[in-house]
Amino acid sequence: MPDSTMVLPAGSAVASPIRGERLRRAAESVAIPIGALIVAMILFGVFMASIGKNPLEVYALIYKGGFSSGFAWQNTLQRAAPLILTALCVALPAQAGLVIIGGEGALVLGGLAAAVVGHAAAGAAPLATQVAMAVVSMTVGAIWIGFAGALRHYRGVNETISSLLLTYIAIALFNHFVEGPLRDPASLNKPSTEPIGEAVMVGHLPGMDVHWGLAYGLAFCAVCYVLVRYTVFGFALRIVGGNVRAARLAGLRVGWLVLMSCALGGAAAGLAGMVEVAAVHGSANASLIAGYGYAGILVSFIARHNPIAVIPVAMLVGGIGASNGLLQRRLDLPDATVLVLQGIAFMAILAAETLYGRFRIFQPREEKK
Amino acid sequence: MELGWWGVPVAVLGGAIRVSTPFLFVSLGECLTEKSGRINLGLEGILVMGAMSGYGISHLTGNPWLGVLVAGVAGLILGLLHGAVCSLPRVNDIAVGIGLMLFGTGFAFFLGKPFVQPKAPTLPAIHLGDWASSPQVQSALQVNVLFLIGVVLALAMAWAFRSTRWGLVVRIVGDSSDAARAMGYNVNAVRVMATAAGGFLAGIGGSFLSLYYPGSWNEGLSSGQGLMAVALVIFARWQPLYCFYAALLFGGAGALGPALQSVGITSGYYLFNAAPYVLTLAIMIATCSPRRTLVGAPGELSVTR
Repeated sequence: MPDSTMVLPAGSAVASPIRGERLRRAAESVAIPIGALIVAMILFGVFMASIGKNPLEVYALIYKGGFSSGFAWQNTLQRAAPLILTALCVALPAQAGLVIIGGEGALVLGGLAAAVVGHAAAGAAPLATQVAMAVVSMTVGAIWIGFAGALRHYRGVNETISSLLLTYIAIALFNHFVEGPLRDPASLNKPSTEPIGEAVMVGHLPGMDVHWGLAYGLAFCAVCYVLVRYTVFGFALRIVGGNVRAARLAGLRVGWLVLMSCALGGAAAGLAGMVEVAAVHGSANASLIAGYGYAGILVSFIARHNPIAVIPVAMLVGGIGASNGLLQRRLDLPDATVLVLQGIAFMAILAAETLYGRFRIFQPREEKK
Repeated sequence: MELGWWGVPVAVLGGAIRVSTPFLFVSLGECLTEKSGRINLGLEGILVMGAMSGYGISHLTGNPWLGVLVAGVAGLILGLLHGAVCSLPRVNDIAVGIGLMLFGTGFAFFLGKPFVQPKAPTLPAIHLGDWASSPQVQSALQVNVLFLIGVVLALAMAWAFRSTRWGLVVRIVGDSSDAARAMGYNVNAVRVMATAAGGFLAGIGGSFLSLYYPGSWNEGLSSGQGLMAVALVIFARWQPLYCFYAALLFGGAGALGPALQSVGITSGYYLFNAAPYVLTLAIMIATCSPRRTLVGAPGELSVTR
């Protein structure tokens, strides 16, 4: 019998053992998070029951508000768009072993920059303006998160702490500009920047009531997936994430890789800000600080930092968010209900990390002689 | 008597004493946790939870000190949760901290909804400045008992780490889990206890926010104090006494915005409010280095590696 670990030529009709192992791995990283989410749902159900709400009714409403109808799905997808992008802000640096949680800051500043560009370019061709807005917001986001990556590499500053501090600084800057120099005098009760104008607004996808931001997010995910999985850059990135010393010994430019992964992630979050401004709000105001950056962290962790898995998870989390209004109206629950569910789900997902490699069914088969 | 521009340093000093107390408690708690070799980024969530539960209990029972105690217990429970989850093999303590941050704040917002409006009895202040004729100086020297407890605690912790059995055990576990295991100590148990005790202190720090200054409960109450305290511990080189000085420094930075506003400078209000974050970041940039581990860093701590 030939050695079962023999590598078969690519494209071979015979299912290679390597591919089998890969499938097992994939099944494991789908089954364990789903199991953890079910446990989280049970725990949340117990919590709901303990405050006198019927958990089944809660879940029925979440389904109704997020996934039951075309209208609900559109609402869900509308929310999933920024979540996909902010999740990439966690998932890409995670390939290089960094835990970046500052997506909210990049989103807020990206949105502000987009609003400024959109207003300044009034009168130019809408498409050119939109491209300019996207480029500027991505650049701002890339610089913001790239800064956290640079601090990590050149100064050894913990990137988790620095990126969150940068978020607070970003929100302070945002408030300063929106309530000060950039404030539209016409916005009385809700300080905003000058509106970018209807003509420049990003429209809806054909046949749906969902804006183009979703397509931006999907495209960004696809690009990132290819980049991480099928390019030398992505391979080098994953080596850095696996073992920095090995990467250094292999002569990889660790600093550049760390910086690029952070900048790419920041660009995604910045683009999320542009989408929110150009497709939803029409100007930069406090509605931009809606916690998409934080929910994106959860999305990326559930998706195990896989750029493709981010998409369905973002839809799930977006759908739960979309049902929030219904939960508040029907069951008289506070708006933080979704935050509690997210928190429980996050803890369950992290605790489930310990289960990887524990189930025989997902492990490589014993070699048969 | 009018102080005019002198009001700024006086207000910053008073603010340093007032604002530093939550920093002090959270950083002492984090110091204890990190000394045992784990980092708890979730103290932000614990802080908010402590603020909510302290205010709620004070409102329901009319006794703010009971609120402080319950806030500590709430922090203890969340600390236990962090400690227990991190004790599972292959679970990353930084990630669990992020989870706890979201979990704690979400839970506190949920349970704290009914307490946003009502007034609760708050903690009394000790007036140390009654000799002064200026009302600014008087208000600057209003000291809360918790601040004094925090100072005593910092001294006690410094002593305990140096010369008690418990302190040494925590330090051994934090510096080398292998050595601790060889000596027969249960590494995870020590870390869970250290995290829980740290959570207790952070919860008390949170209750100070809602029960003394600013002295009310709302969802915007804490804005990163818990996280800044984590950075503060690194700056303080894991020494409880330095934590105290650093907390005063951070408190002063936090008081800068309101102090300048009181003398009529309002244009850069939001920027001055960012001062503590900028200061934290600047300090971390100045003190960290990619080439060497920090002096005094517990050997098992992942954040400095």
